[in-house]
Amino acid sequence: METQEHAAVQPGRRRLAQFILGGGFVATVVSFLYPVLRYLVPPMLPDLGGDEVVAAKVGDLKPNSYKIFRFGSRPGLLVYTADSEYRAMSATCTHLSCIVQYRGDLREVWCACHNGMYDLNGRNISGPPPRPLDAYQVHVRGDEIVVSRKREA
Amino acid sequence: MFNVIRKWLDERFGWEELMAPLRHKKVPLHKFSAWYFLGGMTLFLFGIQVVTGILLLLYYRPSANEAFESVQYIMTRVQFGWLIRSIHSWSANLMIFFAFAHMFSVAFLRAYRKPRELTWVSGILLLFLVLGFGFSGYLLPWNTLAFFATKVGTEITGQVPVVGHAMLVFLRGGEEVTGATLTRFFGFHVALLPGITTALLALHILLIQRLGMSAPPSVEAEWAASPEKKREMSFFPNFMLREMMAWYIALGILGALAAIAPWELGTKADPFAAAPAGIKPEWYFLFMFQTLKMIPAKVGFIDGEVLGVLLFGLGGLLWLLLPFFDRGERRSARWTMGALVFVVAYVVAMTVYGHVAK
Repeated sequence: METQEHAAVQPGRRRLAQFILGGGFVATVVSFLYPVLRYLVPPMLPDLGGDEVVAAKVGDLKPNSYKIFRFGSRPGLLVYTADSEYRAMSATCTHLSCIVQYRGDLREVWCACHNGMYDLNGRNISGPPPRPLDAYQVHVRGDEIVVSRKREA
Repeated sequence: MFNVIRKWLDERFGWEELMAPLRHKKVPLHKFSAWYFLGGMTLFLFGIQVVTGILLLLYYRPSANEAFESVQYIMTRVQFGWLIRSIHSWSANLMIFFAFAHMFSVAFLRAYRKPRELTWVSGILLLFLVLGFGFSGYLLPWNTLAFFATKVGTEITGQVPVVGHAMLVFLRGGEEVTGATLTRFFGFHVALLPGITTALLALHILLIQRLGMSAPPSVEAEWAASPEKKREMSFFPNFMLREMMAWYIALGILGALAAIAPWELGTKADPFAAAPAGIKPEWYFLFMFQTLKMIPAKVGFIDGEVLGVLLFGLGGLLWLLLPFFDRGERRSARWTMGALVFVVAYVVAMTVYGHVAK
């Protein structure tokens, strides 16, 4: 037979048992979900690009033409202008990341996806792009055209 | 909160009515009741396989050039990748173990009797599918052991008279085990087999819900003689909660196994290297492997391998049709029990022998 006193402590005990069981269950769920969530985050790939790359050889490009080159894991745009000048910039459109191209007929950089326009310094001049393309420095070293990131002052 | 949702659903399509069978289902209580947990445990481990399998798909690449490297990447670079893969491997082995244990417990309790013949048949087909999962999944890391296991396994398929060669070419995606085989096995493992398994599993569970749990003949007879002795438990929520406790423990054991003994990766498969010494299939194929090793090259006019394959094919078919041999009379029941004891003894003995044999 249960005494009066014994019956009186029951709700408290039950609450404690529920707390321990529920807390234990939640702790288990968290401890199993945590590795899964961490697993979902892809490991960072090291950017092997460095700050400098040989984009092309002298003579590869005719005047008023362009090529896309690899700059680390991202594409870069090298333009040989009609005035026989080299210009280099990021080839990733600042609007929605399409790859841009040089339009010889317009003498401007054009993104085919949403008709964005940049000038030969990478400035966004018409269409949806919100920011200019990152401009790179170009040096001709022997017969190599070397593109490097501009040093932040 | 839950009540509001339940009421909302109930008003629209009769949720309560839909759930009613779950509440009506009773689990018989007797000295063999513990065996009822094995099926649920197999189902739980299957669920773990689905979840961890989907996670592995995020990083795995199914081609001969990349498969090994991508698994290596999962094991070494992806955070907790080793854990996810190890759980997938451990859970696969445990699932096969529990599927076998569930099957033999059902057989010994003679739960396959009328009206549950189709539950048995669907269960055996599920076991074959699970073995298919094991066989196809084993190749996916594209390591040396997997490569030779697949070579031998598909070669055995090729021994089947008449259709054997066609089956071999179908499985391998050509005459040899190559990258084409890997891509094919990947397709089987993540699309074809899961699709068929899901459908069969739904049927299997539906039949169990519809027919309820079977009590063994001896218990049934006892209860029929004295109905006051009959004891039962509601499946939902009483038995279900007990099952979930078992699953909870299983999850803990699984995590511990994966952490203490992570699955190895081995070396990358090289189609032009010699097979390593002591190469053996996974434990669940050992009894067949050992039998094939012991049959002489020629038995009368028939090739040993062909004979072995035919015998196992026939054995599998008889096993599938077991409920139709046991008619329930004394004599057939005794025969069935004898055959069961023989099958279990044979499988266990051959597995152990295969494990220790050189």
